[in-house]
Amino acid sequence: MSAALGRPSLLRHAGWVLRGNLVTAFALGGTALLVLVALLAPWLAAYDPIATNVANAMRPPSAAHWFGTDQLGRDILSRLLYGARLDLAIAAAAVSLSFVLGAMIGAFCGYHGGRLDRAVGRFVDVLMAFPLFVLAMAMVAALGNQVQNIVYATAVINLPFYIRFARTEVAVRRQAGWVEAARASGNGGARIVLGFLLPNILPNVAVQISLNLGWAILNAAGLSFLGLGVTAPTPEWGIMVAEGARFISAGHWWLVAFPGLALMLAVLCFNLLGDGLRDILDPRMRT
Amino acid sequence: MLAAAGRRVGGRLLAAIPAVFGVVVLTFLVMRVLPGDPAVYFAGGPSAGQAEIDALRAEMGLDRPVPVQLMYYLRDVATGDLGRSLTTGQPVMTDIRQRLPASLELTFTALLLALVAAIPLGILAALRPGSAVDHVVRFLCTMGVCMPTFVTGLLLIYVFYYLLGWSPDPTGRIDIFASTPPEITGFLLLDFALTGDWDGWRAAFTQLILPAATMALFVLAPLARMTRASMLAVLGGDFIRTARAMGLPGWRIIVVYALRNALLPVLTIAGIVFSTMLGANVLVEKVFSWPGVASYALDALQASDYAPVQGFVLLMASIFVVVNLVIDLLYGLADPRAVAE
Amino acid sequence: MTAKLLEVEDLRVAFDTRRGTVEALRGISFAVPAGGVLGIVGESGSGKSVASLAVMGLLDRAGSVTGGRIRFDGQDITHAGGAELRRLRGAALSMIFQNPRAALNPIRGIGRQIADVLRAHRPLTRAQARDKAVALLEAVRIRDAARRADAFPHELSGGMCQRVMIAMAMACEPRLIIADEPTTGLDVTTQKAVMDLLAGLTRERGMAMVLITHDLGLAAQYCDEVTVMEQGRVVESAPPGRLFGAPREAYTRRLVAACPTPSSTIAGLTPDAPPLPAAPVPATLPPGTPLLLEVQGLKKRFPDGTLAVDDVSFTMRPGESLGLVGESGSGKSTISRMVTRLIDASEGEIIFEGESIGAIPARDFHRAPQRSQVQIVFQDAGESLNPRFSAFDSIADPLRRLAGLRDSASLRRAVEDAADGVGLPRALLDRYPHQLSGGQRARVGIARAISVQPRLLVLDEPTAALDVSVQAVVLQLLEKLRREKGLAYLFVSHDLNVVRMLCDRLIVLRQGRIVEEGDSARVFRSPAAEYTAQLIAAIPHFRPEVVEA
Repeated sequence: MSAALGRPSLLRHAGWVLRGNLVTAFALGGTALLVLVALLAPWLAAYDPIATNVANAMRPPSAAHWFGTDQLGRDILSRLLYGARLDLAIAAAAVSLSFVLGAMIGAFCGYHGGRLDRAVGRFVDVLMAFPLFVLAMAMVAALGNQVQNIVYATAVINLPFYIRFARTEVAVRRQAGWVEAARASGNGGARIVLGFLLPNILPNVAVQISLNLGWAILNAAGLSFLGLGVTAPTPEWGIMVAEGARFISAGHWWLVAFPGLALMLAVLCFNLLGDGLRDILDPRMRT
Repeated sequence: MLAAAGRRVGGRLLAAIPAVFGVVVLTFLVMRVLPGDPAVYFAGGPSAGQAEIDALRAEMGLDRPVPVQLMYYLRDVATGDLGRSLTTGQPVMTDIRQRLPASLELTFTALLLALVAAIPLGILAALRPGSAVDHVVRFLCTMGVCMPTFVTGLLLIYVFYYLLGWSPDPTGRIDIFASTPPEITGFLLLDFALTGDWDGWRAAFTQLILPAATMALFVLAPLARMTRASMLAVLGGDFIRTARAMGLPGWRIIVVYALRNALLPVLTIAGIVFSTMLGANVLVEKVFSWPGVASYALDALQASDYAPVQGFVLLMASIFVVVNLVIDLLYGLADPRAVAE
Repeated sequence: MTAKLLEVEDLRVAFDTRRGTVEALRGISFAVPAGGVLGIVGESGSGKSVASLAVMGLLDRAGSVTGGRIRFDGQDITHAGGAELRRLRGAALSMIFQNPRAALNPIRGIGRQIADVLRAHRPLTRAQARDKAVALLEAVRIRDAARRADAFPHELSGGMCQRVMIAMAMACEPRLIIADEPTTGLDVTTQKAVMDLLAGLTRERGMAMVLITHDLGLAAQYCDEVTVMEQGRVVESAPPGRLFGAPREAYTRRLVAACPTPSSTIAGLTPDAPPLPAAPVPATLPPGTPLLLEVQGLKKRFPDGTLAVDDVSFTMRPGESLGLVGESGSGKSTISRMVTRLIDASEGEIIFEGESIGAIPARDFHRAPQRSQVQIVFQDAGESLNPRFSAFDSIADPLRRLAGLRDSASLRRAVEDAADGVGLPRALLDRYPHQLSGGQRARVGIARAISVQPRLLVLDEPTAALDVSVQAVVLQLLEKLRREKGLAYLFVSHDLNVVRMLCDRLIVLRQGRIVEEGDSARVFRSPAAEYTAQLIAAIPHFRPEVVEA
């Protein structure tokens, strides 16, 4: 309970949490850095990420090539920097797509209940009965090996989670006193969902989005690791791991380790940020 | 009580039917969208005569409207006919039956490893929140979720095969030169144990441990996290305070009162974790060249051979339904409130 | 008195919170003789529950004893270690908690939970412990105890669960039982049964008891000595007759006055408040005045098949206040929601000023012209305010929707008028619900409902979640508004005393049906239905006038 007023108190609370919680501050910084790297990749990369140079293949990390070179002599660091663009873009696009659709569908279903809600609920159950990663595989295979299909596939497998999440979040609030009060004050169904319920579940959804971004990155990388979606010379973290996998038994660790580390750090930042957000928005949920 | 449990399981089975039916239809539709004409493949490639292709198409029912084809497909699935794989030339059912034990053995071992590690860790962390143990567990959990399975697998190979040389060549379930046990269950560890071939057992075990550990690491985090959170929640509950107010011994409060209650949500999450593992199997089986159903489906997918993929998705969905049923049943036994609902 | 069993001296307890250390107890002292019953009363935040937890050594990690002494049976247990406390707890001093269902392990049979307590302190075999547990269940008058011993808490009613708690607390014949709000949340008739049982058993077995409660009536009825607490301090301590009959401290005086009794009046609850305006509406309207509300044959069946409201009919005249009284499950809240058109009735008519509003589906009622005419104030004021709306937004919402106020100047004027009307300082309008006190939230809820000038205001237990002193102020406000504006009230409550003061007429409900209907004073004086008589008899009260005499 804060004695100060509305918005500033939230900001102050956020500042307080960040100061008291270095991990969240680190995650926030890491996320910002990732986005910056993705945006500035062409200026940061020292080498062309696609240009091959077989004479310079399989070099371990050195001063010239900080993260070494791959089997075609391409600079791994440069490929990582460009890869950040693609991976973040895929994750962001997929998550926003599934969030917008899922939160809307889920919120309306949760509020209205009834037959439509049950039908959507059943559909979500069917979707979730699939091992979702397998579904994504099948979708990319069916739609064709293109980047946007990874986005669609990732969005579809995220969709049921958002629908279910928004549905339950709304359903538990549907009977809340303030929703009944809103109806008594003359608000119709659509206005209650958009003006009252969605803003109230938004903080929880924000946490969910942050956690899901990490998951989406893992999914997209997993798909391209299997050779689905992103095709060969494109710099992308999953495909870099896949290419390096052939050489790991021979001890060429850097081909796998650096893109792996990049994936890990990206997911770590998003997850920690999600946890931190939850702390800021609801201190009681602290785990 | 038993009758109630029976009714519950029956009800759940009935409720699962639409889900499985939906999966079947959805798989069928997805596969219909896939490019490529199966008749062309069966006829021996594009060089085959048009007449031949048309005849085959008629024979396979591909010239009928989609709903009719769906009916045929449903009939086939109901009779256990999942079609024929083009790459192996065998019925998909046969292929799956051969390869399923490998996948299940891997998944179950991994789940067991993860549970054995995660539950004690979660409990320890919850008993001393804010302590060093707690911080270590939380760090492990955070890291565990972030590592992509395929990277973990490759790094484990690098360390344990290349650097330390402790594990065998990370391909397949068993050294290609070693003799396989007579097939009893299809689970190598069980079969070796049943025939008393302990050298074989050890060989199979060393082969299994890396992929299983890879997958266990992946699901360790959610399990430990859930255990910790639910244990913390239960320990803060009113009835724990009651137990303390009544002077019950500490261990009894923790084991009988807190843990039993705390494990209920863990049981639920174990079901979700299992289905995640089914998906993650694809990646792990590829990294370790594990001859399971997932790598089978992946190979088929890359070869535009769709019957196995369809069969695989169907199988996964059915396993998922069964697993959820089992979880439900266990839950019904563990929580008297579940039966009352 | 004889030797003290429990002695608390200058006890201080502090909690470490995110905003620094908070002192919950600032040096309190009290004592309980062997076999005596001490009541500790106070409003929320008084620290009465913290005191009980401190005595039991059950403070959570954040709380610690920072000073003073707790002596039990001559032994200092202020800083007793885990093993020592474990020996005492359950065996020598025991505790009964609020919310009995949550206080029992949900997945363990109640018989085994009692047996666990027995075996923690006595060398009993499993079978012996079980027999003893069944005997204890019989002692707390649970019928068919041998079979019920296998039941789980969720299979029992709240009152039954509390009996199980009592059996558990008494299992090892402790010398002292601390009961922390043991009947809060239970219906008034159940409350009486549970309290009578608890008091009877402790007296029979010579146990001492500390009864912690917010209900002065309860403390007066069952205790030998009552201690009043406020904000972590003891205000005064005396036998109930003296304390309630002639309170010495100003705080106690106010508290006693605010507590509704069978003879109190709304004006009497808050002696310091300005006098109420005279009632503008004559008690009897000229014949031929059209009815404000007519409810005929109202029924509500929920999807799960339960019939929550069964054939209820009543009428209201303009400016009249009608009380709906009943225990939980009586259907009173369901009726209020049907009348407010928040849910649809299964059968029956609701006619408002001659027009059938029951025929308009609840989901479309927000567009109906009568929407602004029928408004509601909810039970839990905090829960009925959108957490993301400031007080201003909450009050402005119906003005925007129903009064069509769009321009900010007139909106602000209307909101400020409404706030002034309910005595809410304008400075608080920018605050969010969590920044307001319980009483302030209640005012926002009332301001929101009356801002659009309704003719009928439905009040659904508007004071049930409030402390008595705040309740007194809110009741006073409601009465003032009614007299000023000629509003009609449909007042839903479980508290007969409150209904009697505020309502001309009342209806007693039980399991969805009307049991009795009539003039408030008459029903209270000579109830026609036996159930009404039971309800009235079950209210714990103290009668200052009787005590004084």
